[in-house]
Amino acid sequence: MNSLSEPKKWEKVLWPLLASALLLAVWHYSVVWTQTRVFPGPLQVEKGMVELFHKNVLWRDIGSSLSRVAIGFGAAALLGIPLGLSLGWYPAANQVVNPVMQILRPISPIAWIPVAIIFFGVGNYAAVFLIFLGAFFPIVVACVSGVSNVPSVFRRAGRNFGLAPAQVLARVVFPAALPQIIVGLRLALGIAWLVVVAAEMVAVDSGLGYLVIDSRNSGKRYDLVVAAMLMIGVIGLALDLVFRRLETIKSVRWGFRDES
Amino acid sequence: MLRGVGDLLRHGLLFKYVVASLFRVSWGFGLAAILAIPLGLTIGWFRRAEMAINPLVQVFRPISPLAWIPLAILWFGVGDSASVFLIFLGCFFPLLLTAINAVRNIPAVYINAGRNFGLGPADLVYRVLYPAVIPQLLIGLRITLGVAWLVVVAAEMIAVDSGLGFLIVDARNAGNRYDLVVGGMVVIGLIGLLLDTAMRSLEKVKSFRWAYSED
Amino acid sequence: MSSGGAATPAVGIKLRVEHLSMVFTRDGKSTPVLQDINLEVSPGEFVCLVGPSGCGKSTLLNIVGGFLSPTSGTVRIDGEIVHGPDPRRIFVFQERGVFPWLTVEGNIGFGLSKLSQPERKQRIAYYVKLVGLEGFEQAYPSELSGGMKQRLEVARALAVNPDMLYLDEPFGALDSITRLVMRGELLRIWEAERKTIVFVTHDIDEAVQLADRVVVLSARPAAIQGVVNIDIPHPRAISSSRYLELRDGIFQQIGLASKV
Repeated sequence: MNSLSEPKKWEKVLWPLLASALLLAVWHYSVVWTQTRVFPGPLQVEKGMVELFHKNVLWRDIGSSLSRVAIGFGAAALLGIPLGLSLGWYPAANQVVNPVMQILRPISPIAWIPVAIIFFGVGNYAAVFLIFLGAFFPIVVACVSGVSNVPSVFRRAGRNFGLAPAQVLARVVFPAALPQIIVGLRLALGIAWLVVVAAEMVAVDSGLGYLVIDSRNSGKRYDLVVAAMLMIGVIGLALDLVFRRLETIKSVRWGFRDES
Repeated sequence: MLRGVGDLLRHGLLFKYVVASLFRVSWGFGLAAILAIPLGLTIGWFRRAEMAINPLVQVFRPISPLAWIPLAILWFGVGDSASVFLIFLGCFFPLLLTAINAVRNIPAVYINAGRNFGLGPADLVYRVLYPAVIPQLLIGLRITLGVAWLVVVAAEMIAVDSGLGFLIVDARNAGNRYDLVVGGMVVIGLIGLLLDTAMRSLEKVKSFRWAYSED
Repeated sequence: MSSGGAATPAVGIKLRVEHLSMVFTRDGKSTPVLQDINLEVSPGEFVCLVGPSGCGKSTLLNIVGGFLSPTSGTVRIDGEIVHGPDPRRIFVFQERGVFPWLTVEGNIGFGLSKLSQPERKQRIAYYVKLVGLEGFEQAYPSELSGGMKQRLEVARALAVNPDMLYLDEPFGALDSITRLVMRGELLRIWEAERKTIVFVTHDIDEAVQLADRVVVLSARPAAIQGVVNIDIPHPRAISSSRYLELRDGIFQQIGLASKV
């Protein structure tokens, strides 16, 4: 697209490294020059992270966050995928359910916090419930559109070979919709990760989100705050990459023509 | 519940809160759009720039705006600017990525045709690049607006003293008025839906329709 | 009414279409698409339906295949009225009918789930060989060329041993050289397996090269304008005078000059 030559493979590593180095330098020097007492520079953050690792606190918090995501996301997938498939399969049912979903969907899981606390009290269940809510709607929507976007050629072929409707759904429509469903799952996982952090800031006392808030509240340890934020970013990215790996499996890869 | 909401309406409070929330969203979203889109379009154009910036953005993107709250309060204090900053953060990275991807997805034929007809760089941008990216940008804007709406509610619950998010928290804290809590949530949902519908109607404007022709 | 060429004498009629009409209604507007179609096809015959684009020949094939219900008239196969799609008559679709999430073997074996494992493997191997896809058994459709995908679809159709094959402009997406090759392949397979074939195309040359009988349809609303017996034995010399005579005759029926 641009007028320069094709970038070489090693450049894929070079440029991000340069950019990161630049960013770190800017960060470091802006801290030094503004002589801020509170905001940490990169070195302090790194020291903070090491400290957290040693105290075992970081592992524990990462574990809490991940396990909440696992449960909430897992439940959302277990319930959402069948529901989404059914709604996509029976457009009539979808017409009824869709308006309800369209109203519920924009309500941030955060706004559900009071409701969650009413039902579950402060604690793990509330957080998992919020994660479930955050992941549920994107998954259902992705399944519905995945099913409706299956080209009619495939459904017809299924019927032509004598398959009963249930078989058509299982052997034709589901595999055909799978790429879109996986994309939906990946996006929902991203949302789940955002929600868990938010939920932990408000409703529980462990996890990375809690770590962010707590480090500030009990001692203005902004180095730990930033350390926790970075961990959040890195783990969130890792989760996303895992799913992108899934998308390269051969029996699904056909659905992703252009990976950018 | 309706009575509770009706109460609020009469006191003009509901209206004030809705305006406050929308106000913050507009600022945060608007700033993010004005900064992220040109920046993203430029970065997307130059392959090496994209290679450099993309991994960084990917690390920052999963960090919920809420995780920035301590820093936001540190830098801006408790108040409007902090929540606008949070909304800005929540919108900036997605919009940046949308712009980058929109540029990278322009079919090479369009650019080549433009060059073929002797368009200079400025013309190329104005007459080929811009129309070609608009459909994708619109979709990205719509989705990000939804995100902004989610973030504003969250930000208000924690950092300020007006707005719909605040309403929910306050209604519960100051008197367990769960009717107002639910009422607030319904209003949030409805406004979110309205914003989404408004953006969708933009996509229907004829001169943008061409990219959505496959249905 | 029996066909010429190397066909066996007709024993009864395989496909009988009587007084078939089709009207599409949408938003209150009715569009007649097919007008009083009457057609008989003998077993083992290769019949082509030819007509200008949009005339309704695909609609006709879809009705015959059981995917659409006619507004009036009947379609009978072996005396029974057609109610829906059936594995005894497999449709080969216009393009992209192969399932992208299955390998070549997976696709060919799609309709064979009722067979035992060894039988299934045998059948698949046979048809892989028949259509010339040896070596690609484990390949996915995204790795195949257009012509190969079309062969795969034919193999999949044949594997369930149908009585009849319906082909709806199957070679439309291929380049003209591949098209010629594919026509030869189709004839070779037809002569090996002797299915009854109904083939829709807008390419008059294709029809004259392949069919025993060519049914010429008028523009919408389509009615049968004429039926032409192609009495040249296979392999047909494309430049023979009889071929050109028959072909130009059809051109004239459609009202097209044979000069550009």
